[in-house]
Amino acid sequence: MAKVTRGFVGRRRPQQPGRLPPGQYDVGRDWPVLTAEITPRFDPDDWTMTVDGLVERPTTWSWEEIQALPGSEYRGDIHCVTTWSKFDTRFGGVSVDVLLEAAGPTPGAAYVLATSTTGYTTNLPLSDVTGGKAWVVWTYDGRPLPRDHGGPVRLLVPHLYFWKSAKWVTRLTLLERDRPGFWEVNGYHDRGDPWLEQRYQGD
Amino acid sequence: MDTPAITETGEAPSGGWCTGVVREVRHPNPDAVLLRLEVDGRTQHLPGQHYVFRLTAEDGYTASRSYSVASSPADPLLEFYVERLDDGEVSTHLADVVEPGDELELRGPIGGWFVWDGSAPAVGVAGGTGLVPLVAMLRHARDLGRPDLISVVVSARTRAELPYPDELGDQTVLLTREALDGRAAGRLAAADLAPVLDRSPGAAVYVCGSAGFAAAAGDLLMDLGVPAGLVRVERFGPTG
Repeated sequence: MAKVTRGFVGRRRPQQPGRLPPGQYDVGRDWPVLTAEITPRFDPDDWTMTVDGLVERPTTWSWEEIQALPGSEYRGDIHCVTTWSKFDTRFGGVSVDVLLEAAGPTPGAAYVLATSTTGYTTNLPLSDVTGGKAWVVWTYDGRPLPRDHGGPVRLLVPHLYFWKSAKWVTRLTLLERDRPGFWEVNGYHDRGDPWLEQRYQGD
Repeated sequence: MDTPAITETGEAPSGGWCTGVVREVRHPNPDAVLLRLEVDGRTQHLPGQHYVFRLTAEDGYTASRSYSVASSPADPLLEFYVERLDDGEVSTHLADVVEPGDELELRGPIGGWFVWDGSAPAVGVAGGTGLVPLVAMLRHARDLGRPDLISVVVSARTRAELPYPDELGDQTVLLTREALDGRAAGRLAAADLAPVLDRSPGAAVYVCGSAGFAAAAGDLLMDLGVPAGLVRVERFGPTG
């Protein structure tokens, strides 16, 4: 498939085998920012988190209420579709399982659409955000999540490319059918598994 | 709460892997390379879209990076203007090794959001090589016979580092480290943006630059009362 590029040697960093998904590189200590919209201004008094759609009890948490939920942390790697991966990140927040347990998904719920305060959306199969695989987070390395990186609150789904981890998340809507989100209608893959290199439509 | 910014769906072309033959290599300044490539039967892009470049070593190791297209859709060749980062893996290869006649693996065009089809007025706000996709828009507007459709404000560190100085005509140029035409050296300010925005009320605003530049420009636009829903942002990080 891939043709050799004349004269290209590359600058490989030593890697633990199996840690870097195909086509990714280790960005080291940098954390590039990639978003499509203006970084929104945030007033904690205005922000809420809602789980609605196909649930028994549509539920909304205030900034204070969500932080009072049982906390949970992710420690591990993240992978961006623009080919950088960042190792050993540490995010703190609440497991999506806790939010879903409060709202009670109905048997027909199979997908989730995450919506941000900016109107950004991304879609996921429900199975990709349940069972300890997804978080709603507000700290990074023990500090408040920076605004440019989705602060105050972002979704975190680290086993998929990072555009699925919607910045400035404010709503999770459970759906019966898949509904493509922002990047998904703009040429990107519907699921985005970095280990299968599902970057763009057709991968 | 902000106006929802990004709720439209994209209708932009999208292309797969292809081979680009390098036809021209130029070094507009020591930190940049301009490449012009011929791609047989390429998918026509819209200004603002990008391509992924994939370099492959003898042992199969690959490195990929995305670069915005600088050429207009009507250009028979695809043009890219790449900033050379000293610690960059791909940009150093493109700047130091690539010669006319080389073949490069490309994938594109990609991206359905930061695109402009020339059907409505637009304002571009660029930092450094963030100007590249806006150059494609300026050229496209010229090709359409509607150079009035787009206005650009571009910030660079020095005159020498300003990309495409010859194509900027009467666009707004500011330099952060040198005075220019009576404007003192300094970062992008509301006073640089206001006259351009006033000339194009309601126009879509395309912001492209580093994360720091895009954040600052976004804040200025909000201060100036531009609805977030009119602004499309493309940020780039140190991705070499």
